[in-house]
Amino acid sequence: MHNQDQALIFEISKPGRVGYSLPEMDVPTVELEQLLPEGYIREEAPELPEVFELDIMRHYTALSNRNHGIDSGFYPLGSCTMKYNPKINENVARFAGFAHIHPLQDESSVQGALELMYDLQEHLIEITGMDQVTLQSAAGAHGEWTGLMMIRAYHEANGDTNRTKVIVPDSAHGTNPASATVAGFETITVKSNEHGLVDLEDLRRVVGEDTAALMLTNPNTLGLFEENILEMAEIVHSAGGKLYYDGANLNAVLSKARPGDMGFDVVHLNLHKTFTGPHGGGGPGSGPVGVKADLIPFLPKPLVTKRGEEFVLDYDRPQSIGRVKPYYGNFGINVRAYTYIRSMGPDGLKAVTEYAVLNANYMMRRLAPHFDLPFDRHCKHEFVLSGRRQKKLGVRTLDIAKRLLDFGYHPPTIYFPLNVEECIMIEPTETESKETLDGFIDKMIQIAREAEENPEIVQEAPHSTVVGRLDETLAARKPVLRYQKQ
Amino acid sequence: MKHRYLPMTEEDKKVMLETIGVNSVEELFSDIPESVRFQGEYNIKAAKPETALMKELMQMSEKNADLKKYTNFLGAGVYDHYQPIIVDHVISRSEFYTAYTPYQPEISQGELQAIFEFQTMICELTGMDVANASMYDGGTAIAEAAMLSAGHTRRKKVLVSSALHPETKEVVKTYAKGQYIEVIEVPHQNGVTDVEALKELMTDEIAAVIVQYPNFFGRIEPLKELEPIIHEKNALFVVSSNPLSLGALTPPGKFGADIVAGDAQPFGIPAGFGGPHCGYFTVTNKLLRKVPGRLIGQTVDEQGRRGFVLTLQAREQHIRRDKATSNICSNQALLALAAAVAMTALGKKGVNEMAVANIQKANYAKNLFKENGFTVAFDGASFNEFIVQLNKPIKQINQDLLKKGIIGGYDLGRDFPELENHMLIAVTELRTKKEIDTLVKELGDYHA
Repeated sequence: MHNQDQALIFEISKPGRVGYSLPEMDVPTVELEQLLPEGYIREEAPELPEVFELDIMRHYTALSNRNHGIDSGFYPLGSCTMKYNPKINENVARFAGFAHIHPLQDESSVQGALELMYDLQEHLIEITGMDQVTLQSAAGAHGEWTGLMMIRAYHEANGDTNRTKVIVPDSAHGTNPASATVAGFETITVKSNEHGLVDLEDLRRVVGEDTAALMLTNPNTLGLFEENILEMAEIVHSAGGKLYYDGANLNAVLSKARPGDMGFDVVHLNLHKTFTGPHGGGGPGSGPVGVKADLIPFLPKPLVTKRGEEFVLDYDRPQSIGRVKPYYGNFGINVRAYTYIRSMGPDGLKAVTEYAVLNANYMMRRLAPHFDLPFDRHCKHEFVLSGRRQKKLGVRTLDIAKRLLDFGYHPPTIYFPLNVEECIMIEPTETESKETLDGFIDKMIQIAREAEENPEIVQEAPHSTVVGRLDETLAARKPVLRYQKQ
Repeated sequence: MKHRYLPMTEEDKKVMLETIGVNSVEELFSDIPESVRFQGEYNIKAAKPETALMKELMQMSEKNADLKKYTNFLGAGVYDHYQPIIVDHVISRSEFYTAYTPYQPEISQGELQAIFEFQTMICELTGMDVANASMYDGGTAIAEAAMLSAGHTRRKKVLVSSALHPETKEVVKTYAKGQYIEVIEVPHQNGVTDVEALKELMTDEIAAVIVQYPNFFGRIEPLKELEPIIHEKNALFVVSSNPLSLGALTPPGKFGADIVAGDAQPFGIPAGFGGPHCGYFTVTNKLLRKVPGRLIGQTVDEQGRRGFVLTLQAREQHIRRDKATSNICSNQALLALAAAVAMTALGKKGVNEMAVANIQKANYAKNLFKENGFTVAFDGASFNEFIVQLNKPIKQINQDLLKKGIIGGYDLGRDFPELENHMLIAVTELRTKKEIDTLVKELGDYHA
């Protein structure tokens, strides 16, 4: 990476330069004043940059060089499933017949798109063990909220209006309680036991007539499979609640266990994780939601269905929760996910999980002597370490993460889940070779040794990036959220 | 199992299993109870080799009538615009598209700076103080605006103009239900929000009034007249806006809007069957700490070098959990990047030129329809859309037009029963005079 200040695009702007090539104005024009009411014609031009094409390319190329993606290097960011993003996906998503079709065209003119969506739904139904799937939700959090809105509608349709509470484990991702709040529920936390799993006694205590749902990630955010899942399902179901599956960790159980068979009533998937729609620097994602039969009437509308040989958008869904997004979801990401599934096939998807879990366990065992391992059992696709041993030496988990930057790695997820001190959460994924894993492990061991012998080098890291540690307090105290011309 | 995405060899596997201390991969799944174990393989289609899959999916895509081959007059929220070729070159750089959220700013300066620039450009266009790092799309951005308003004013009623995009309206209603917010529609008068009706509906219980500018019918809403009516009751003034139009129109910020949000799709983002697009969200400084989603801020490192970080995260779900007012935990980063590149390419001059071209070409088309005896409904100042009354159901007409290589306009009867047989026609800068003339000629048989 280049160690110099990168000018903002506005700072290289020069009046008189253009970077565009607009179509010809081939119709007779009239004065704008004749077409727009007084006061509605913009007087002050927006300060957009004036730059020419090569400068634009150099600017963004320079920015890309200051960014780390999966193609740049290993990215073991726990809970995010940063696996290889296949290039065929990008090509297929750019076919004119997928990229350049309008969502409101006549159905007869988008049969190929509807067919793809329908077939993706069918594949996801089989993969999750659910009865129907909607592709409308834009991302994981959006899927959570969609699922909870359906659960709310289900209870209300049964006249069960006192079910106001959603239970989430203390290890849950922050979106779970936030989604519950936005869907109009109150959140109750259930404790984890010393094995990192949901405490059944505590679950029995918090479940009741006011329980709308239990939200669960399985394997959980510690990378551990909730072994008592059927018992938990029984506890929640017998109290009249529904079981919600957060599909963030589906990469751990493909072909091994399906949410539908574990007793879950609603599932959301993150197609940008398990199914390789790229993360895009933080989005777009895609968060399809699957449901069991009794919740099908509440799915968002429209739903892609098949009538004879024709694919149609079904709007006639009187009990639907309504629309959760304009149009039909992040189709472009769904195309990529579909391409991926078709590239892998059933045996490929099975291998995905087996290698993801093999890789995680291998890393965990090799790192265990050097860091604290809070839960010593087979993990699934990810595992957590604790940096408390290093903390006693004055080296915090944050320092370890920053030191990894010096070696060209994206650090693991840190300080999450919240129930592990100085947490380091590692998810290697199945697309990394043993050599890559060994290279990372060696550096982690080196850092553990540096923490003992030369803690300053870790505490002061990173040493090789384009900027050092940034002052986040200043950023929040005196927010500068846009460029202002001097 | 050999696959080009899976690197493990049998030898690797053997060594790794030994290190772990198990005999088989299967043992690693022994914690999944037998009763929930899935046996065998999924009953899904077999894997296809790369070339064969490309061919199959290409054929599937060719069943669709795409905007590259057909002449398109359909808009209604998603527009067919000039997309500078460089946009796709930039967003195809895998340092951008294979990265995740810039949680580690030292190795994410590229993404962070690009989004900081996006925020700046969106502020410039809308005339607002603060823009966030983007939202899923325009519809959910407006729904978030409704929720923000209800939370901020502690009121539970929101007024939406009936000339707001019908799908946005539906999304607002779904979100509103979650938050126990009542959504009331303000009727339109000749295609713009009815000012007198708004006055009657305005009370101290209204959290926000949401209008669209230009509105769903293509018309320019009288923002100047609406503002005092809304603020008199201390409600928030929310404007959904096509940011391209703001290259030519006075920005909502100038009219005292509190929140301006919408979709940046017109800037370099393909129609893509409706997504992914790029919601944007802007507020005045007063509402800065209520903004949903991510914000990128400028700061310095230990050596005083300029750098960018995710900031004011105390607002967000991963910190506030159940106290969060929005559950969004991503943005449309890659599309925000696309929009930023397109806005950069257009620049100060181009954005105005392109916006004006839309106004001119749509105006030419509208006049041509009128000259040929068609009835234009809700005629008046508009951006790039207008309504023509025809004599048959629009669905049927559109099926006829498809045979002639034309994608016709939107069937307003779908959402407005009184507008049966009315077509909402979009004419962007891409349509040529010849294409416009052909459309008017082809619709000659459907003269109302």
